[in-house]
Amino acid sequence: MTNEQLELISRNVRKHILTMSKSGGCFLGAAMSCVETMVYLYGKQANISPETTQDPNRDYVFLSNGHDVPSLYGTLAEFGFLEASRLEKHLDISDVIFWHPHTDIPGVEFRAGSLGHLLSVATGVALDIKMRGEDNQVYVMLGDGELNEGSNWEAILVAQAHNCDNLTIVIDRNNIQANMRTEDLIPLEPLADKFRVFGCQVEECDGHNFDSLATAFEAERESGKPKVVIAHTARGKGLQDHTDRVDRWFYTLNESEYTSFMQEVEA
Amino acid sequence: MTQTYEQVLVELAKNDERIVVMTAENRAAIRNVPALLPNRFIDTGITEQTLIGAAAGLALRGRIPVVHGLAAFISMRSFEFARTDVGLADLPVKIVGYVPGLLSDGNGPTHQALEDNALMKQIPGMQVFTPADNAELLAALPHIMSDGNPWYIRYYDGEATVQHEAFEPGIAEEFGDGTDVAILTSGYMLQHCYKAIEKLDAAGVSTRLVNLRTVKPLDEVAVCSALLECRNVLVVEDHFRRGGIYTDVCEIAMRRGVTQARVVPVSFHERWFRPAKLEQVLAHEGMDANSLFEFALSCHATSAQEKEEVFS
Repeated sequence: MTNEQLELISRNVRKHILTMSKSGGCFLGAAMSCVETMVYLYGKQANISPETTQDPNRDYVFLSNGHDVPSLYGTLAEFGFLEASRLEKHLDISDVIFWHPHTDIPGVEFRAGSLGHLLSVATGVALDIKMRGEDNQVYVMLGDGELNEGSNWEAILVAQAHNCDNLTIVIDRNNIQANMRTEDLIPLEPLADKFRVFGCQVEECDGHNFDSLATAFEAERESGKPKVVIAHTARGKGLQDHTDRVDRWFYTLNESEYTSFMQEVEA
Repeated sequence: MTQTYEQVLVELAKNDERIVVMTAENRAAIRNVPALLPNRFIDTGITEQTLIGAAAGLALRGRIPVVHGLAAFISMRSFEFARTDVGLADLPVKIVGYVPGLLSDGNGPTHQALEDNALMKQIPGMQVFTPADNAELLAALPHIMSDGNPWYIRYYDGEATVQHEAFEPGIAEEFGDGTDVAILTSGYMLQHCYKAIEKLDAAGVSTRLVNLRTVKPLDEVAVCSALLECRNVLVVEDHFRRGGIYTDVCEIAMRRGVTQARVVPVSFHERWFRPAKLEQVLAHEGMDANSLFEFALSCHATSAQEKEEVFS
């Protein structure tokens, strides 16, 4: 898949996100920031397709920062896991499409919403794959603000102790948590160093650039270490009025915003 | 010779590739498992949250993780992981809590699991087994491991002092069918209640002892029979009153309109217990056989009086 194709898909994912944001609102800014990373994971990196969602040899993609779910659902729709028309049932009682992921949606590996859980779950999956001597890969995306939760650091200790080099932790580093800049509240920097001293291999990239993402994900694996990809991104990416704004968290688009933002994304 | 918990666990695991034994660095009852089951033993260190989360991940891959930790920590520190990663996902993780209730004797309140059953019962789908001794614990393991539900096992492996009926979840075993005093209990308290009942029998009181075995599912038939047929129903548990068997019995009584019996709790209300050697704790808290006998006898002696006098 070419970068042009991935960029086209990313545009469509952003449109799906806007549709969900219009219908009852969503965590718009965070969903926008991880679009390219999601699209890259499903389009290039992870060995997973609509036909292999139950195959034990598939790669696993976990979304731990569950409020980014519009980005996940948009991506799953674009890659044929999920009927795109279902996204119009956002928050409709007849379906299960709400503000956090549900495993009834094909491709969703685990439910999420409470932060700091899925790195543990992903570590368990990685441990089982190692116990069985198999070689599938496990990817788990975390928000940067989510790293405030101590359970992540506990899980990293366990993953490195058990040499989980089949585990890749992807950080959507948009520098903003719910209502604050991460560095103004609980500073995370030097973040890469933190992961390194915890025994991880760390790669950093521009999380909106497919070449940069490829360089980070494809970087040669250091044996025995979990890999961390810090994807530097911007909250609200793709919408000038929402980019890198602390005061844009949960957001409901009105009709005119929806129309103009759809045009902005299309342009 | 009597088998141990880990012997039976390893036997079951040898016959079922899905079983993986895990612990948050508490190996008290599974010391030999790493040697006997080297490729299916994981110690995550002192990390209850990661233990439960990782167990959910293993279960996603088709495993049956049996996770071990101190009851106080594995039920509380990682409660949300049990609720959200095991309960919500409906995964067959088996959570084993060591040293629950009074068994924490000298550890003090930090280690007193007196709310573990209450917490675990709240998780939809989670089943709760409170073995009274080694025999009951081992008898239930095959069912618990092959059952698709998540389970909490309130671990106790003391020597059996009674002969048990075959294990069935949600089915109590009853000793006697008397009508003056019934004692409802489970787990470690069974042996003390059994001795108290023997003393009551010797004193000419008509008794029954109900060992509930699983507190979820709870045997409502056995509970209702006691409520309908006995004048005094004592609910004895080394657990907080609120959220324990007593709460469930009262709820059943109200829901089914079976309210004529006097239902008396013997448990901990709004407080922890004073740490000491176990025998001393039992006596101090009025939960040894002698204290239970005397208390039950006093309930029986006043059973003709108005309920209000007793509850005042």
